[in-house]
Amino acid sequence: MGSTVATSVIDVSKTFGQDKDQVTALDRVSVDIRENEFFTLLGPSGCGKTTLLRLIAGFEHPSGGKILLHGEEISHLPPFKRPVNTVFQSYALFPHITVSENIGFGLSMQDKPANEIKETVAAMLKLVQMESLADRRTDQISGGQQQRVALARALAPHPKVLLLDEPLSALDYKLRKEMQIELKTLQHETGITFIFVTHDQEEALTMSDRVAVMNQGRILQVGTPKEIYDHPAERFVADFIGDTNFLAADLNQSDNGRMMVTLPGGRTVETTQSDFPGAGKVNITIRPEQASLINGPSAADLSGTINNVVYSGNDTHVHVMLESDEPFVVRVQNRGAQSAQWESGQAVGIKLEPGSVQVLQD
Amino acid sequence: MLPKKRFSVRRLPGFAVIAIACFTLLYAPIMILVVYSFNAGSSIAVWEGFSWQWYSAAWDNEMVQSATFNSLVIAIQASLYATVLATMAALGTTRTKPYRGQTAIYTMINQPLMVPEIVTAVALLICFAVIKQLTDYQGLMYLVIAHTAFCIPFAYLPIRARLEGMDRALETAAADLYATPWRSFRQVTLPLMWPGILAGSMLAFVISLDDVVITEFVKSAGQDTLPTYMLGQLRRVITPEMHAISTVLLVVSVVIVSVIFILNRSKN
Repeated sequence: MGSTVATSVIDVSKTFGQDKDQVTALDRVSVDIRENEFFTLLGPSGCGKTTLLRLIAGFEHPSGGKILLHGEEISHLPPFKRPVNTVFQSYALFPHITVSENIGFGLSMQDKPANEIKETVAAMLKLVQMESLADRRTDQISGGQQQRVALARALAPHPKVLLLDEPLSALDYKLRKEMQIELKTLQHETGITFIFVTHDQEEALTMSDRVAVMNQGRILQVGTPKEIYDHPAERFVADFIGDTNFLAADLNQSDNGRMMVTLPGGRTVETTQSDFPGAGKVNITIRPEQASLINGPSAADLSGTINNVVYSGNDTHVHVMLESDEPFVVRVQNRGAQSAQWESGQAVGIKLEPGSVQVLQD
Repeated sequence: MLPKKRFSVRRLPGFAVIAIACFTLLYAPIMILVVYSFNAGSSIAVWEGFSWQWYSAAWDNEMVQSATFNSLVIAIQASLYATVLATMAALGTTRTKPYRGQTAIYTMINQPLMVPEIVTAVALLICFAVIKQLTDYQGLMYLVIAHTAFCIPFAYLPIRARLEGMDRALETAAADLYATPWRSFRQVTLPLMWPGILAGSMLAFVISLDDVVITEFVKSAGQDTLPTYMLGQLRRVITPEMHAISTVLLVVSVVIVSVIFILNRSKN
């Protein structure tokens, strides 16, 4: 049920250049992308996400490892023999032909009969609401419309997997928000597996079924947006996605077998995580919205002094310097007078929500 | 805040005077040539009224007819061959993985722009003399080959510029959409580089039509082109017939250059 693998990336490496100038873009990356899934490759620029996409599309060939599509190896196939289509960051619409001809290009290259092409193009134009502009040239339509045409062109041959290379990055904020929803809907309607590349963590969390966080040519963690956000495995993942606090702590196994984290200041909290780096010194992360401020240290998990209160619309970020000399940010929702009572110089306690402590692998 | 006034060369003293002087120097002789081509008399200095007679004289002159024929045969063939070769060269220097000696190739293709024309002319003369002895062939092909050679860079440059200005993602997109390399070339690259090819071929045509030095060296007896015929005539007596032929050449060139300009503007 929904767990059939659409694309398998097995131990894939990619290096560019030779000898001294050699650059490793991908370092033995493995990941399975499921059928009918909205899968996002997320990472900073230069992390290898676009390279991985280009390898799946066939624009580059892997230096090592293989890529399977529905169980068949495609690593050696040229792009025009792969049932995979791409939405390019620059859209790459053909400027010398009309919107309709652009959308029909893939089908006509597959030598489909003319009436089938006509029908599919009409259906695609309807799908992306571009019927009225069918005969325009692509340089006579707006950026948002070009985006839709690029999408329709890539979807028209009904690929097994659709690759999207930061397709929303050229749009303005509002249009981008709209297109995010639209893309997600489109993915549901068509039932095609989407592999989406972005550096925008918010975009990744909003749209994806699963996210792979990449850095320096490696995949650090794969999971649902919630898993990635709530249980980041590594410091980079926690830091890249959302705001967070990092603290040094001790991890010990208690007498009854439970794993206990000793926080700076001596308090211990239980962790229910199953993936441990092993007992001893560890790094932990706590999201700012999973902590709250209280008066006095008696019931507090951490304590310190407020050194800054930053108002930011719907919430307020309270910067606390802990007694262990580590900075800690608490996010307080701006409801009623809750945030107004905190001011710089005040000594406060910090209460953590159960399960908010995440032990990192590194 | 007021925008800072930018330096403008137009406000330098004497700018207008120099500009007008330059344009006069460039265009006055041409205007005089055109005007006197309509002179009713046979003097090139005294205006005796309007007439088309020198145009009809040139039209009826068998020497002019044969020279025009030669010029067109050579220019059409040379520009065609040069454009085909230049297109392949442009594809070879922009659509391949960077290779060693790419800059050297680029320089070699543009060699006729850098080597003095007289040197090329002498070299071709000697080379063709040997071939003539060996094969006994005396036809126009020598001129066609010579013209093709020096026309290549003129055809190459606009085609290459066009290819370099083209978004490489377009060809990638074509491949992504199931186009084989040949179909991607036919359906995407060629239509998009077409204005460059047209511009290149026209430029080559004009350059070939206009050539004196290489033609003068390479031609055999009776193979005059329009420019070499005119050069020969000028050595004897100058009549407004020369003016008429020059004016026609001028009009042809201006029309072709205008077309190239329009083609290049339609780029985006």
